[in-house]
Amino acid sequence: MTDFFGVPLPALFGQLVLGLVNGSFYAVLSLGLAVIFGMLNIINFAHGALYMMGALFTWMFMEYLGIGYWWSLVLAPLSVGIIGIAIERLLLQWLYKLDHLYGLLLTFGLALILEGFFRHLYGVAGQPYSIPDELSGAINLGFMFLPKYRAWIIFASLAVCLVTWYVIEKTRLGAYLRAATENPALTQAFGINVPLMVMLTYGFGVGLAGLAGVLAAPATQVGPLMGSNLIITVFAVVVIGGMGSILGSILTGLGLGLIEGLTKVFYPEASATVVFIIMAIVLMFRPAGLFGREK
Amino acid sequence: MSGTEYLRVSDLHAFYGESHILHGIDFTVRKGECISLLGRNGAGRTTTLRAIMGLTGKRTGSIMLNGREVINMASHRIAQLGVGYCPEERGIYSSLSCEENLLLPPQVGSGGMSLDELYEMFPNLKERRNSQGTRLSGGEQQMLAMARILRTGAKLLLLDEISEGLAPVIVQKLGEIIRTLKERDYTIVLVEQNFRFAAPLADRMFVVEHGQIAAEIAQHELQDKLPYLQEMLGV
Ligand SMILES: Nc1ncnc2c1ncn2[C@@H]1O[C@H](COP(=O)(O)OP(=O)(O)OP(=O)(O)O)[C@@H](O)[C@H]1O
Ligand SMILES: [Mg+2]
Repeated sequence: MTDFFGVPLPALFGQLVLGLVNGSFYAVLSLGLAVIFGMLNIINFAHGALYMMGALFTWMFMEYLGIGYWWSLVLAPLSVGIIGIAIERLLLQWLYKLDHLYGLLLTFGLALILEGFFRHLYGVAGQPYSIPDELSGAINLGFMFLPKYRAWIIFASLAVCLVTWYVIEKTRLGAYLRAATENPALTQAFGINVPLMVMLTYGFGVGLAGLAGVLAAPATQVGPLMGSNLIITVFAVVVIGGMGSILGSILTGLGLGLIEGLTKVFYPEASATVVFIIMAIVLMFRPAGLFGREK
Repeated sequence: MSGTEYLRVSDLHAFYGESHILHGIDFTVRKGECISLLGRNGAGRTTTLRAIMGLTGKRTGSIMLNGREVINMASHRIAQLGVGYCPEERGIYSSLSCEENLLLPPQVGSGGMSLDELYEMFPNLKERRNSQGTRLSGGEQQMLAMARILRTGAKLLLLDEISEGLAPVIVQKLGEIIRTLKERDYTIVLVEQNFRFAAPLADRMFVVEHGQIAAEIAQHELQDKLPYLQEMLGV
């Protein structure tokens, strides 16, 4: 059997892998959004711009400093995280007591400023970034050729998601995080420095976006607009999964990536909209999202 | 009773937003002493504890804790000076298991009880250790709220209505625990509706009314002032 409902198997598997790659980005980005929303009560619209900065820093490190991919994998998320901490201290911390809308508007404005800034510097065209030697080429799996870099994206994203999930759900630090998310005032009254945790959580959440940016750099064109294209879909993923569930955002991200991949094979016309159609259906039956809790 | 002063609250005013709730609370607690704040519903006793912990809105006046002014401190700093707070609403976390709830508050002093000691004291909690915090019964949640601050080594305990809604045996046990803690030189502020629980434990009692201290009654004056107290508390 070499085809499935008229689709050649290698092509089908190829699309599934691409779907998983996209799903990996959705998972890492929506995980960051969920963690930030839980702790800060802020819908971080700057997430896409910070993802873009992760990719752009990776490119800049190479272009200006000769720093390679593997170092960037650490340094770019760290830089984005530090910028996030500065954003939290300077701007976000004044908004926690206000309606979500203020945080959303502020971070949206921030996204426009950041994108505008890098557009001013580099124009809208994307810059190429080559795959590191260790990850170029493909593995022959017998039934298909699996590009190593795609496998790496999936592996690295899943690893990061699982570690994050483990830390939050199973460790002492995670218990602090969950407690501070649920009842910040009381948690602070037990002697836990909640404002510090909030600050670091934002840094970590946007650091995840930066990491996704590094992973994306060799896989797409690195340009100022790469974030705004992706983030709309990621917000749809978050709405489908439901805000505030860690495992939920990971699973929803991967699942939707796969569904998108399959749609590309069987009904390409709908592949750009299928996520939004699913979002509309989910909202009709479960307004809080698949994994969300109704308030 | 000549111990050193451990907590001195003077002219404490506290607000929730625009509402002015405490109107100049004054009282002191000596090291190793147990005092009780009594009063009618809405008198401001919970607010007094919350103000000490830095959990209300604006506060003015002075709160001296072991010789340090804490009125402008963030609440985690206050707790780190060795204060344990058991809130009236219990504050059990639903996103934490029973045992995670118990282990949550960090160490703020030496000499706290071990997990084993606590499980011996509250066998229910051991049985339910893996249950979600808010799946515990009301009484179990109450034991949990009390137990989790005994682990931390906090030397000043602010306890809000810990006997409320518990079976008489458990209330009796709590009484014994308070006595043991007093022997170990803990300083305790008991906010109680249950006068019969508080009266034998408290060295002194303060009646709170309309956000002020209306009366102070020492243990030895209790018999004489009983009619007055009953009228004040509306019991
Ligand atoms: N979050 C709040 N916002 C505004 N007012 C509040 C708030 N909490 C309490 N109050 C008001 O403060 C006053 C004192 O309340 P507090 O909870 O301190 O009373 P209490 O002495 O503990 O009484 P109870 O026996 O009911 O627990 C009440 O009039 C109450 O309505
Ligand atoms: Mg009260």
